[in-house]
Order: sequence, then structure tokens, then C-alpha cells
Amino acid sequence: MKKPRRSMLFIPGANAAMLSTSFVYKPDSIMFDLEDAVSVKEKDSARLLVAQTLQLPIYKQSGIETVVRINALNTPYGLKDLEAVVRAGVEVVRLPMTNSADDIHELEAHVERIEKECGRPVGSTKLMAAVESALGVVNAVSIATSSPRLMGIALAAFDYLVDMQTERGDGTELFYARCAVLHAARVGKIDAFDVVYGNVNDDEGFIKEATFAKKLGFNGKSLINPRQIDLLHNIYAPTAKELDYAKKVVAAAEEGEKAGLGVISLNGKMIDAPIITRAQSIIELAKYSGVRREN
Amino acid sequence: MKTAINKEELTKKLDDLHNQYPSLNDITPFTGANTLTPYLADPIAKHTRKLCDSIEDAVRKCGLKNGMTISFHHAFREGDKVINRVVSVLSDMGFKNLTLAPSSLLSCNSALIPYIESGVITKIYTSGLRGKLADAISHGIMDNPVHIHSHGGRVKLIQSGEINIDVAFLAASTADELGNANGVSGKSQCGSLGYAMVDAQFAKKVVVLTEEIVQYPNNPGSLRQDQVDYIVKVDEVGDPSKISVGAARITSNPRELMIARYAADVIEHSGYFKEGFSMQTGSGASSTAATRFLESKMRAKNITASFALGGITASIVDLFEKGLIKRLLDTQSFDGTAGQSLGRNKDHIEISTNTYANPASKGASCDELDVVILSALEIDLDFNVNVLTGSDGVMRGASGGHCDTAAAANLTIVVAPLIRSRIPTVIKQVTTVVTPGESIDVIVTDHGIAVNPKRPEIAERLSEAGLPVMTIEELYNRAVSLTGEPKPIEFEDKIVGIVHYRDGSIIDVVRQVKDY
Repeated sequence: MKKPRRSMLFIPGANAAMLSTSFVYKPDSIMFDLEDAVSVKEKDSARLLVAQTLQLPIYKQSGIETVVRINALNTPYGLKDLEAVVRAGVEVVRLPMTNSADDIHELEAHVERIEKECGRPVGSTKLMAAVESALGVVNAVSIATSSPRLMGIALAAFDYLVDMQTERGDGTELFYARCAVLHAARVGKIDAFDVVYGNVNDDEGFIKEATFAKKLGFNGKSLINPRQIDLLHNIYAPTAKELDYAKKVVAAAEEGEKAGLGVISLNGKMIDAPIITRAQSIIELAKYSGVRREN
Repeated sequence: MKTAINKEELTKKLDDLHNQYPSLNDITPFTGANTLTPYLADPIAKHTRKLCDSIEDAVRKCGLKNGMTISFHHAFREGDKVINRVVSVLSDMGFKNLTLAPSSLLSCNSALIPYIESGVITKIYTSGLRGKLADAISHGIMDNPVHIHSHGGRVKLIQSGEINIDVAFLAASTADELGNANGVSGKSQCGSLGYAMVDAQFAKKVVVLTEEIVQYPNNPGSLRQDQVDYIVKVDEVGDPSKISVGAARITSNPRELMIARYAADVIEHSGYFKEGFSMQTGSGASSTAATRFLESKMRAKNITASFALGGITASIVDLFEKGLIKRLLDTQSFDGTAGQSLGRNKDHIEISTNTYANPASKGASCDELDVVILSALEIDLDFNVNVLTGSDGVMRGASGGHCDTAAAANLTIVVAPLIRSRIPTVIKQVTTVVTPGESIDVIVTDHGIAVNPKRPEIAERLSEAGLPVMTIEELYNRAVSLTGEPKPIEFEDKIVGIVHYRDGSIIDVVRQVKDY
């Protein structure tokens, strides 16, 4: 199993103190933001700071995937951001406001050129699409299948809801978009990331929303406060009961294989390949997140 | 006044006594029932003899003179309304060359600067200094160095006579006509009067400043009638809402919460987390928050604590009222919740700093501590801790109970972020040693946990539990890899501060900071 991408922590690119220490929170991915979290007068300094940060060995040593949200390519900053972060070794470039596969193709062409120029292996920079409009949601499948570099697709709620002429509520307003983006991710065999939960002091509301997103099938969620990481990882952690059952399934499967059995059963129930695969992934996940704490 | 005793007969009896026992020299003949207590013969004076019209009146009655030592408590912390006011009155009365010996000084005491400049105050003993006053003293405003002591060490210095308090001015929200005073009734309550109890015991003259004179006998009598000389009614002794400003606060900062979680994990796996354990968590953000993480661990393992000590906070009171801590020993109530609990709960017990942490007392509660969580401004590779001077060399903290509890507890944990803004906390050598490294067992930072090599068994237990144990050198290397090697601070030659260890000895000095 690949390393999970449950938590993607947003860090404002202009905040030097946060850039130098945010790895201590151990999210699965850290997204340095050069876009909305950075004011126009700080765009250049943030780009420099983030490029420096990407070269610190500590993020890689800590096993944290580095992502940078660049400004849109049709702004004066987008291409400069891309030039800087690809050269600095970023693992994933996140493109905001992705409306179509063409947006990804345009980004991909620039990335490939920069990789060649700086001597980075072509294809080593992964991409991620953020869908933030009705058009993007409708085009989600073509976006999700647009490039082998694409590792994930994220739904971003703020602009999307403005576009849809509605506002954040109980989740009904995001239901279609969540399902559409998630299905697109599965078609493209990439990861899907749920929206940011903005009220950082409402743990209960966060847990409710994240539990719902996990149930739908999202791989993870974008986060704006490190306090949410542990809550999220706990939601994704298997329960002790699930882990115990998964271990039994894997043991039974191994025994069955040794005995050369075609059909394996556990407690009188047949175990087939998908059940074994699921059991293996639960055991793997438990290595990252431990067993769920019940509150 | 005529007495019923025949004077001539008494003289004869005493002569006989003297003749038969020539060695009895100092024989004083009886001269009246109230010779020593004339106020008892006066129905008004009987009830008002200690009451003064004003601070000036009390000062005169105490016989304060130039060059003497005055003292205060700092239980109201940033909300104190007594220290600055009394010093201002003494200045108006023309006093000079006084030694100021409060239990501590805070940012609100920047109003004292002009009185230092004008020579009203020429010597200071305190646990700490903050704000503009600290800045001025660090820049050499005083001719004499300021003496920094711990809370327990202050009592030791008083007992040994180095601090010789002539007049103590002690704030209390209520007092009765004989001086029984407390901080748990009336308007402006500060809770425990643990610091003031020491001054009441040792000062030559004790003045209680209070907002309300209540009916005799006031209960509890934290400051006792047999210790108090004079009482002055004032409008305001302090603002309780400012007690928890500054040092004592509740955090929502993710980094501080993360450190708090690690600290709670360290306690859990240290080997000291057993039924009946005891703890002190202090007033720092992370240590206060650690209490909250301890709750679920105590419930899960069905463990209760025998007592919590020291500065008591709302988080500690919460655990106490839920039955997870049996008794609270309170020398300073760090917020309103703690103060109210002290007034309400019989197992929330007020103790003096002598009882709390004096190394020379016949029994200090800190000696019974299992676990203490302390803060730090700097920690060095030898585990020495600085809680006094900042990375610019300016005094900005307090010794407090740091070295007292660190020396006494079975497990001393120091919590601090590895980097503050761009300045490392773990460095080669601390700017000022307040607590020696030999008293420190575990350092908890957001980047990892270092265990003093003299406690290998604890390092082993924490590693086994999966906690991120590193060496102190690794923590240091991590810090400088992110920030670069900090340049040493430049100081002038002049010594502006003397740091006393809890036993009264001198552990370090603070020099004047260099201006550029």
C-alpha cells in the first residue's frame, strides 16, 4: 500500500516561522500556499521563502509530501511560482481553479520544460487539480484523467459555492460536487481530497464532516489548522475490532494458500480477493495511524 | 489609675524576694491590669487600635526610616494595585534609600522606574522582573544589582537575615479589626495569600491593606491577628481579572498543545504515573494544557493523584472537582476559578511559600512531589535552564518555584518550543543559569524529547512507548539547522542582577545589556 494521504495541511507561504517548523505536526502532506493566503505585496518574498523551505532536508526526512499551491497561470505570479518551486524540488504542484483538462495540459507543458532546463527527471513533478467552480465539477472526469502526473483532485468549496449561488450549510449544498469529484478520482485512479473545514474551534463539527467525507470514500481532507490533524487521523484509523478481523482474514488467507485451498473461509464465511485486499490495507493503515481512540 | 494592690506591701514582698534570691535581678512590680494593653481600658481604642486613617498614618506608626526594607506579595500579578501606590506614598513622604523586597515584580510595576531614578528605591529583591522595569534594570538604571530568588529561596533569605523586612504591606480583600485577613472573601479576591503569609510571619511590622473590614473573627485568617500590626482600608487592592494575564493562560496554539500532549505522554510512560502520584504543572501555556491531556489518561488507567501543588489553575481545579486529584496545596491561585475553589473546598488548602518550597523549612511540600512540569526560555546542552533572561539578554521572566521544584521532584519535565520565532531555545550555553541541569530530567519540545543521560531508565521507558526520544545534542543540531548558529549576546561588564539558588548561594549573575 502506498503511504496514505489523509491530511493536507495548508501553510501560508509568507510565514517564515510556520515554514520552518510545520513538519513537526506530521501531516501526510504539507501544502505551502502562494495563492490566497499571501497578499499581493508579499508574493515575491513568499515565493523565495517557500523555495528555500523546499530545499530543507527535514521535510523529506520526516516523510511528509511537499505540495505548493501556485497562483493561477493567467496571473503575473503563476509562472514565476512554478519556475521557483519545480527547481526547488517540490513533489506536487497544486493548480487552483482548474476548469478543464486544458488547464492541466498547459501546466504540464511548463513543468516539463522547467524539469528539462533544471535537470530534474522529466515526470518527477506530480500535479494536483483543485476544482473550484461549476465548470470544473462538471469537467471533473476529463480533468482527473488528463495527465499521468496527476496524483489527486481536490474540491475547494469557497469559490464553488459562490459560483453555485449558495453558501456553506449542512453539506447538502456540496453533496453533488463531492460525489462528482470523488467519482472522477476513482475513474482516474487518483486520490480525492475533501474541502477545508473553516471553524477551527469546532472539533465536533469537524469530526462530523470528516467522518462523512471518509464514508463517501475521500482519501483525505485539506486542513487549515494543525490541531485538526490528530482528529482527522483518528477518524481514518481502523477500530480495534476492524484491525483484529483484518489480521484474522490475512492469517486465514495465508494458511489457505499454504494448504493450496481454492476457497478460503473464516468462521464459516467465504473470503475472496477483495476482502483480503481490504484487510491488508487496514493492517497497513494501522501502521500509520494506530488504532482509533474512542472518545 | 488606682489599683486594688497595696503598693507598699508589694514593695516589701519584692524586697524579701530579692534578698532571699539575689540572682533574681529583673523584678518588675505590678503597676496595673492594662499597663501593657492600655487600649483594653478604652472601649473605642479596644476595637480600633490597629486601624489607620491612611497609608501615611500606618507608615508613621510603623516607624519606617530611610534605608529600611519594605515588602509586598504579588498574588494579584498584573492586577496589583498596592505596590506602586505604597511606593508612591513613601516617595511623597520623602523616604529615600529603601530596599524593595516583594515576592515578585511584573510588567505593571513599570511605574516604579521614576522612584528608582529618584533614589526612593535603591535595592531590590524579587523572584522576577518583566516589561519596562526589567528593561530599565537590564540597561543599568540601578547602582546596586537586583537580587533574584526563587519562591522557596526567598524564605531562606528572610530566615538567614539577608532580607530583613522592616515593614510588610500586604494586600487582602478582607480583614477584621485585629487583622485576620484573607483573599477568598470580599470584592477583589486573589485566592491564596501563600506569599504574604511569610511576610506576616517574619516582618518586624505588618500592615494589612484591605478593601473591606469585616466582622471579627474573619475566617480563614490567612494572615493572623497575632502577626498584624496595622490595618488600612483602601478602595482597591487589585484587579483579579488580571491575575491570569501574562504567564498563566490557556492556549489554543497548536504547537503548545502538541508539546502539552507530549508532556502528558512522558508522564504516562515515565514510571511515576501510579495511583496516588502527585504533580505540579505551573503556569506556562503548555504545562497548563498538559493537565487536560492527563485527564483521559488518569481515567483510562483508573489513577487518582494524591495532591497537586504550587500555582493552582482552573485546569487543576477541574480535575480536583472531578475527583481525579484528592487535595490541592495552593501557594498562588493563578486564576479566579482557583481562588473561588480555595474559598469553597476544604481539601483545597492554602499554604505559605515556606511550607511550599523553602529548602530550610522543617518540611517543604515540594519534597513530596512526583512530577513537575516547568517552562524554559533557554536550555543548554548540560540541561541547565534559564527562565530569567531573554535571547537579547534582557530580564523578562521569573525564577518562581523553578529550581525549588526541579530539585525536589522525582521527575522534572521542562517544556518549551525548540524555536521561538527564529531563535533556538536549546543552545550551547544558557545566558543565565537559574536551575542547574542536574535537577532536570526530561526536556519536551515540539521536535522531540531529550532525557538527561543520568536518567537512562526513563529514556528507555519513553522510547519503548514510541515517543520521539532524541539526545539534547540532536535537538540542538535540529534547531541550528533551521535557524543557523545564534551569535552570542554582547554585554557590558557591569553586573545588574544576582541570581540566588534556593539555598541562598549565588548560581549566576546578569550583566548589563549592550546597546547599539
